[in-house]
Amino acid sequence: MESKSSGRRKFLKTGAALAGAAAAGVRPAGAATSTPDMDTPDLEALIAYGQRSPFVKSKRISVMERMTPDEFGMTFHVLSPIQDSVGIITPSSLHYISTHRGSYVPNIDPKEHRLLIHGMVDRPLIFSMDEIKRFPFVTRMHFLECLGNRAKPSHKTVQETHGLTSCSEWTGVPLSLLLKEAGVQSGAAFIVAEGAESVKGATSIPIGKAMDDCLIVYGQNGEALRPQQGFPIRLLVPGFEGMHNVKYLRRIKVVEQDYMTYNDYGHLVPDPRVAALTRIIGPKSIITFPSGEQKLPGPGFYEITGLAWSGSGAIRNVEISTDGGQTWNPAELRTPAYPMAHARFAFPWTWNGKECVIMSRCTDELGTRQPTRAESAKYFNKPDDKDFRVPGADNSVFPWRIAADGSVQNGMA
Amino acid sequence: MGWRKLLLLIAVLSVAQLASAQSPKYGVGRTPTAEEIRAWDISIGPDGKELPPGHGIAAEGAKLFREKGCVVCHGGTGSGGPAPTLIKSDGKKKSMYPCLVPCVDDSNVMSLHAQYATTMWDYINRAMPLNKEGTLKPDDVYSIVAFLLFKNGVIAEDQVMDPQTLPKVKMPNHDHGALAPDWKHAAPRLAGYP
Repeated sequence: MESKSSGRRKFLKTGAALAGAAAAGVRPAGAATSTPDMDTPDLEALIAYGQRSPFVKSKRISVMERMTPDEFGMTFHVLSPIQDSVGIITPSSLHYISTHRGSYVPNIDPKEHRLLIHGMVDRPLIFSMDEIKRFPFVTRMHFLECLGNRAKPSHKTVQETHGLTSCSEWTGVPLSLLLKEAGVQSGAAFIVAEGAESVKGATSIPIGKAMDDCLIVYGQNGEALRPQQGFPIRLLVPGFEGMHNVKYLRRIKVVEQDYMTYNDYGHLVPDPRVAALTRIIGPKSIITFPSGEQKLPGPGFYEITGLAWSGSGAIRNVEISTDGGQTWNPAELRTPAYPMAHARFAFPWTWNGKECVIMSRCTDELGTRQPTRAESAKYFNKPDDKDFRVPGADNSVFPWRIAADGSVQNGMA
Repeated sequence: MGWRKLLLLIAVLSVAQLASAQSPKYGVGRTPTAEEIRAWDISIGPDGKELPPGHGIAAEGAKLFREKGCVVCHGGTGSGGPAPTLIKSDGKKKSMYPCLVPCVDDSNVMSLHAQYATTMWDYINRAMPLNKEGTLKPDDVYSIVAFLLFKNGVIAEDQVMDPQTLPKVKMPNHDHGALAPDWKHAAPRLAGYP
């Protein structure tokens, strides 16, 4: 009698042979006749929680400016490999990571975790995680982006230039619902949101935003939030710079003014225009293929593809230039354009084999278009040279240079 | 039904409606005790109303700066360590941290950059020292803030920091920080910006 396990193996082998036969008509003989090796790692574990193919190597890396783990063993900024991304959902395992100050990822028992809402409310309330999940939930697509997501000439890949953004399907409770349950008092102007990690990272958020579209989420991409993303709950402040999206959320205090926490102070600028550009992520897009360190094998048909997003709403359109910004052509959106979420664009293109510079620019539902560095410099009355630093969250148009041999390099360099 | 009874019914219904508008809709969650809120609430706003009783001076803070291990990360002189510069120096120290305005020694010195001394009190109390966060006593925090403010030339050496004096410290950068404009739904982040 065959054991269950060998029976399954036989079935899998037969299946593989059939697949090989089906492919024989279009594949070179060598590939068609060889049966792929059976990978037999811990099947129980793989059945319990699947893994990607060992041939898929895409991975996160820390920012070059400050290593993770740093000299204290803390996590700071870790970049998502968006050059390998398809669609608009970032796998939770590859989501970029930023922490307040740099901190250790806490190991929080959800049974012990509580959320306290207090301050200028009629009824302070404390919730267990099971209680949070009893409230009506919503599921929404939203991007997150760190204010530090700023391309530099020294960056080689799109992971380095733009890897501090990711997009997930988030599930949780509207913050407004919990604030109404507590009863916000008149005179309230901000909330202070605070995490439970070692640094108790906190930020101030205007009450108008808090009552508008903020979420307290416990779900990410169909499962529980990951510890690196704030398990068991985090705040989501759609479109605001990443710092406001407090992880390990444990306390919300309703207050009468901006509390100027360490994080608020850390992003303090003297110019109110720059403060406005710092708080909300502007319309931004980036070509992920072809991108830095990739290589086109030769002239012919390709699709230029990438991601576009805006902190002020949905993406309305994306345009592509293949001549360094002289002419622009509409790209297609290949995914729904959700508010404050990544949208995937594509542009069918035949490369003629000559050196060229490709770039993308997007426009959001408010009609705001992603600026070039030159446009930003002009607004701030500064020379558009290598020293110019786009103020606030840098959402400027980014160029990739494709050489005649098909290699792709940072066009800022 | 007489008109008096009708009026009474309308009145009762209106009151009931008002009450329901102000009462919780779901009734999930519990009311925390005052003690629970006190224990959790470590937020110190710019007016300092949450500051706990206590006091401290620079001389005491100088001692604590060594005893509590601040020097290990921030350097013996408050600069040149792997962690952010805390005390301005004449040297040209390079820091890995982004330089904010005003930029001192290529780093941002909290005493010079923060608009409110309460930001320092709040942060040191909640997030320092590394790996022993939340263990400082209120007197320790007042003293360390006094030490840092004194070493950066913001207050006099003998000035006592306490719940009354600390929020009143005139910080050098007080008038040079800009808040983003009032947030409004569907408003562009900066009108006129390309």
